[in-house]
Amino acid sequence: MARRLTPYLMMLPAGLWLAVFFAVPLIVMASLSLQEGNLVDGFRQTFHWQNYTDGLSTYGDKFVRSLWYGLLATLACIAIAYPVAYWIAFRAGDHKSTYLFLLLLPFFVSFILRTVSWKFVLADNGVVLGTLKDRGLLPDDFHVLQTTFAVVAGLTYNFLPFMVLPIYVALERIDHRVVEAARDLYAGRVQAFVRVVLPLSLPGVFAGVIMTFVPVSADYVNAAVLGGPDNTMIGNVIQSEYFNNSNYPTASALSFTLMAILLLGIFLYARVLGTKDVLEAAGR
Amino acid sequence: MTTTTPVEPVRKRPARRRVARRGLGLRIYTWLVIAWLVLPIGVMIAFGFNDTTSKFNFEWEGFTLKWYADLFDHEDLTTALINSITIALASTAITTVLGTLVGLALGRYAFRGKGLSNLVLFAAISSPELVMGASLLSMFVTLNTPRGYGTVLVSHVMFSIAFVAMTVRARAVGLDPSIEEAARDLGAGPWTTFRLVTLPLVLPGVVSGALLAFALSIDDFIITNFTSGSTVTFPLWVWGSTRTGTPPQVNVMGTLLFAAGVLIAVINLVGSRRRARRA
Repeated sequence: MARRLTPYLMMLPAGLWLAVFFAVPLIVMASLSLQEGNLVDGFRQTFHWQNYTDGLSTYGDKFVRSLWYGLLATLACIAIAYPVAYWIAFRAGDHKSTYLFLLLLPFFVSFILRTVSWKFVLADNGVVLGTLKDRGLLPDDFHVLQTTFAVVAGLTYNFLPFMVLPIYVALERIDHRVVEAARDLYAGRVQAFVRVVLPLSLPGVFAGVIMTFVPVSADYVNAAVLGGPDNTMIGNVIQSEYFNNSNYPTASALSFTLMAILLLGIFLYARVLGTKDVLEAAGR
Repeated sequence: MTTTTPVEPVRKRPARRRVARRGLGLRIYTWLVIAWLVLPIGVMIAFGFNDTTSKFNFEWEGFTLKWYADLFDHEDLTTALINSITIALASTAITTVLGTLVGLALGRYAFRGKGLSNLVLFAAISSPELVMGASLLSMFVTLNTPRGYGTVLVSHVMFSIAFVAMTVRARAVGLDPSIEEAARDLGAGPWTTFRLVTLPLVLPGVVSGALLAFALSIDDFIITNFTSGSTVTFPLWVWGSTRTGTPPQVNVMGTLLFAAGVLIAVINLVGSRRRARRA
């Protein structure tokens, strides 16, 4: 009897912690999103959905922009990360862990500080653009900051390692004999890659997409530091509804809408790729 | 059969040479990506040595060591750094214990509700930080909880538990159960088995999990932003300074944290290599 209870007792403290500080807050936020009122007069539970409809109609463009930036940055991450992961998994030999370590170096510097450093790199008269302008290689009015490119590049930069690692893990697991078998059966190099290596690495790409697309779409730091007024994402709206306007019901409704959109996206994506991969990613 | 055998080497040799060339292109590409990833770190380190006179430290004005000497000139920045470090240490200690228990339970036992537990951990890892922070703030506002050091600490433990649990579970799953059975057959009780057999075997996973928890906590901005009230951590201070001008001391502190982190990671890496060689 006591034996059978052991795993439950081991799970209990963390389970309680996650219940109180992960599950309950979501329930409270759900309730708050269906209230009306303000900080001074207090909030009333009205169960009206206006916060959601108003939020979507007012900030629909910000949602679309966030998902668009999320998509661009995720695709850029896959394009940049896949060859790197491929080379490390198949060709780096004894130096695999050294290369992975180098790719993880940015994580030893605060996320904010890295983004601020990018601002210095890309600044109009900063290290890169300033030098190029002094040499006459760029027109004086050329600028990168406050553009969509700067924000998407910043997002790609900050979340790239989250794409490299899962793809690397998936590629690393591939048995080389399978690739050799394909070659022995007269598959060309490209064909062996497309029909053997690529499909076997898809669970890694799947995990990578979840690990990048979700945080990228909900980020508000890159848009605030590297972007301009035209690059505001939904994260910036939610942040300012909480902190500048103290409009908690609207902010809660926006947060839930964002999460629902992201969950729906993950669900559809999982359906397209097959649920087995989701379970594998969940079990990892 | 006999006719194809001599053909083999002729077909393979030029192919191998192509492999080498292709590998070179990808090697250069990998190094370019690494250079891109490291560039802002280089800028951060360099501007910690910049003899700047303006409030915005982004034009190179000459080399100086004075920011290292005046590291603690901004009292509130020093406080923020101390808050970050103490919160990270405390949250790592709590998270490592709670997360290790979960990781062992999931990796070593079959029990009802295991699938659900895995799903909860997956949800905790994949939920957007913005939503976690916003929901915590919603709860604290509703319950009138004063935000500060304590609320930051509990939220950091909350979001790192799943990461530690996953790391420890990955290690625990790979263990051969017969080792523990052998210990029990030799008369060790459950606690002795755990202390002398199971724990040392999963320890690399526990150490990686703890390092991960520390890194996540000290770096976290988004959730901390929502739960901190008037308590300021290092990332929050840097965020606040983007509007008024980031002093070079921030770059120096970033450089020192970076150096310390890299040192610990290298020691851990070398240690695990040595353990792997011995095994």
